[in-house]
Amino acid sequence: MIKVEKRLETPKYLLILTPIVSVLVALMFSAILLLVTGEDAARAMNTIFGGSLINWQEVLVNSVTLMILSIGVAVAFKMVVWNIGAAGQMMIGMICAAGVALFAPIALRDSIFLIPIMAVAAVIGGGLWALISGGAKAIWNVNEVITSLLLNYVALYILQFLVFGPWKGVTSSGFPQTDPFPAAAKIPAIFETGRLHYGLFVALAIIIIFYFLLNKSRWGYEIRVIGEGRNVARYGGMSLSKNIIIAMFISGGLAGLAGAIHVSALEGRLSPHMNTDIGYTAIIVVWLSRLHPLVIGIVSVFMGALLFAETNLPAAGIPSEIAKLLQGSILFFVIAGDFFSRYKVKYVKE
Amino acid sequence: MKKLLWLGLVLVVFAGVALVGCNGAAKDDKFKVGVIYIGEPGDAGWTYAHDQGFKAAVKAIGEDKVELVIQQNVKEDQSATQAMEALINQGAKAIFATSFGYMDYIVDLAAKYPDVYFYHCSGYKAADNLSTYFGKIEQARYLTGMVAGSQTETNKIGYVAAMPIPEVVRGINGFTLGVRSVNPEATVKVIWTNTWYDPQVEKDAANALLKDGIDVVAQHQDTAGPQIAAQDAGKWSIGYNSDMSKFAPKATLTSAVWNWEVYYEPAIRAAMDGTFTSEQYFEGLNEGIASYSKLSADLLKDKGIQAKVDEMEAKIKGGYNIFTGPLKDNTGKVVLEAGKAHNDGELLSMMYFVEGVIGTIPK
Repeated sequence: MIKVEKRLETPKYLLILTPIVSVLVALMFSAILLLVTGEDAARAMNTIFGGSLINWQEVLVNSVTLMILSIGVAVAFKMVVWNIGAAGQMMIGMICAAGVALFAPIALRDSIFLIPIMAVAAVIGGGLWALISGGAKAIWNVNEVITSLLLNYVALYILQFLVFGPWKGVTSSGFPQTDPFPAAAKIPAIFETGRLHYGLFVALAIIIIFYFLLNKSRWGYEIRVIGEGRNVARYGGMSLSKNIIIAMFISGGLAGLAGAIHVSALEGRLSPHMNTDIGYTAIIVVWLSRLHPLVIGIVSVFMGALLFAETNLPAAGIPSEIAKLLQGSILFFVIAGDFFSRYKVKYVKE
Repeated sequence: MKKLLWLGLVLVVFAGVALVGCNGAAKDDKFKVGVIYIGEPGDAGWTYAHDQGFKAAVKAIGEDKVELVIQQNVKEDQSATQAMEALINQGAKAIFATSFGYMDYIVDLAAKYPDVYFYHCSGYKAADNLSTYFGKIEQARYLTGMVAGSQTETNKIGYVAAMPIPEVVRGINGFTLGVRSVNPEATVKVIWTNTWYDPQVEKDAANALLKDGIDVVAQHQDTAGPQIAAQDAGKWSIGYNSDMSKFAPKATLTSAVWNWEVYYEPAIRAAMDGTFTSEQYFEGLNEGIASYSKLSADLLKDKGIQAKVDEMEAKIKGGYNIFTGPLKDNTGKVVLEAGKAHNDGELLSMMYFVEGVIGTIPK
């Protein structure tokens, strides 16, 4: 008979191997589904992976935003605080950055300090926005899943109020959008040939900093302990509320920063169509990465490619749903694969 | 050892996937036309009308010579750039973008790809390889307004409007002038939805108007929501984009419709044979890009209205500008002296309501 037994300790190689094998199984599973439904599986895979190699800059444009968002989400998740509100916090970050870019005093408008001030405003804005849920959680133990999710919609309405109302640009011929930001507010592209911008280096720096903070520092240790058992942490003299508030602020602050970089490098103005659904994709990235900052970097690139595939597939005349199918099956198989790294399956003779 | 074997296997599979990927997309010698839509052709409105136009153009040129590649539901943010980049990378030589909000992104891409032809609907920024195109749908709206004006019993007409921008304002004004040319007592009440596409919001807005005693609902939206609301209330409506009588046959008197193939066919042909010239296309009833659908004869109260519409249509096709003075705005201020008319520039930036419109343009 087959016997399932809990592993006392997961071997290191399994931790690396199971996700890779799970992704491959997901690829095969999707390919089989495509064959069964009559799509040209080879051509679809070509378009997804070959297309991503050719358009690596566009892929990384997606990844930069994902990396910063995902690190933010991971900080909260490490503590088992479920911040689902990255999308809204990112939007607040965009709004704060735009506010600085549009209404900065003349002296600042051409200054190299404009972008850093936009970034700081966005971090504070996004962080405080997340603190609405974080504070309610810390003080009254209100479920943060619900509050952070619902606040996403509030953030969207704030954006719409601003661009339809007081922030509507004088140069936009009545269209609901702000004036363009001054030139100094734009994070430049790295190469002349594409959109990949210097935000990439900020994202990489954040990954490295948070790798050390989360895995090597005392603070990282504290929030890990809290995540694993609140009572243990309390006995250890760690303040729960204080850490929830700090973690939520950092989590939201990073999402805000992602918004500032996104709006500065790629948009250059606000319109009601600013889309921050990528904040939900970040949750998938974090889950697939098992909250590990360095893995988040890699998975963000992979997910950035799948996001690009969603636009590249229809451009090749293939339904974009295939990219979603792939995303879904990868998530499914990785979570299912988790089982094998935690349990041993043995065949025992009776 | 076993671990190494596993690792090796994984690497081989990944390399395989990457290699297959490098082969690139299938090549063919059809001329590829890339299109980005704000919605889906199934909306029966704006995107549907464009889609019909592209299909007709491709059919006329020959499906063996030209191929359409379509991106649907493209947001008006930076993801539009990604959608167009993907089309260009797949070999599209001409890119059509069918919503105003794509303007800044398409201007950037036109500078980056000088060998690709770009066409932007309803924008005002052109370049050497970027044309803009639009139509004077307000002329068609004038004609449909005449139908509405002859139909109303309460002398109250409603208008569900998407966004307070010149395009929409011009349409409301053209419609209202048409209404009042046959019925000087009638007014047109405007309600803003602040969305192009939201069937429920559009319906709700129409219902709010209907509760107010309005008996003909016109619209500038992307779906037939207002038409359906009018039919449910047992009132009438004027459609937009395509013939909406198929959604609300008991309510739709006529619709102001787009015939985009009038522009698309020659534009694609010119791109194919290399005779592209950058232009700012802005025509109306004369070229047929804007027109109106057949009047629903059995719904009409004034059976003689068709003759009046025909007469006016001929006059506009003959060069008559529907925005000819004397013309007052809805605060009573004179905007055009007798004999004066708005030029195209004034039309494209029109931000006031003519006399007879009830409503304000948010500043």
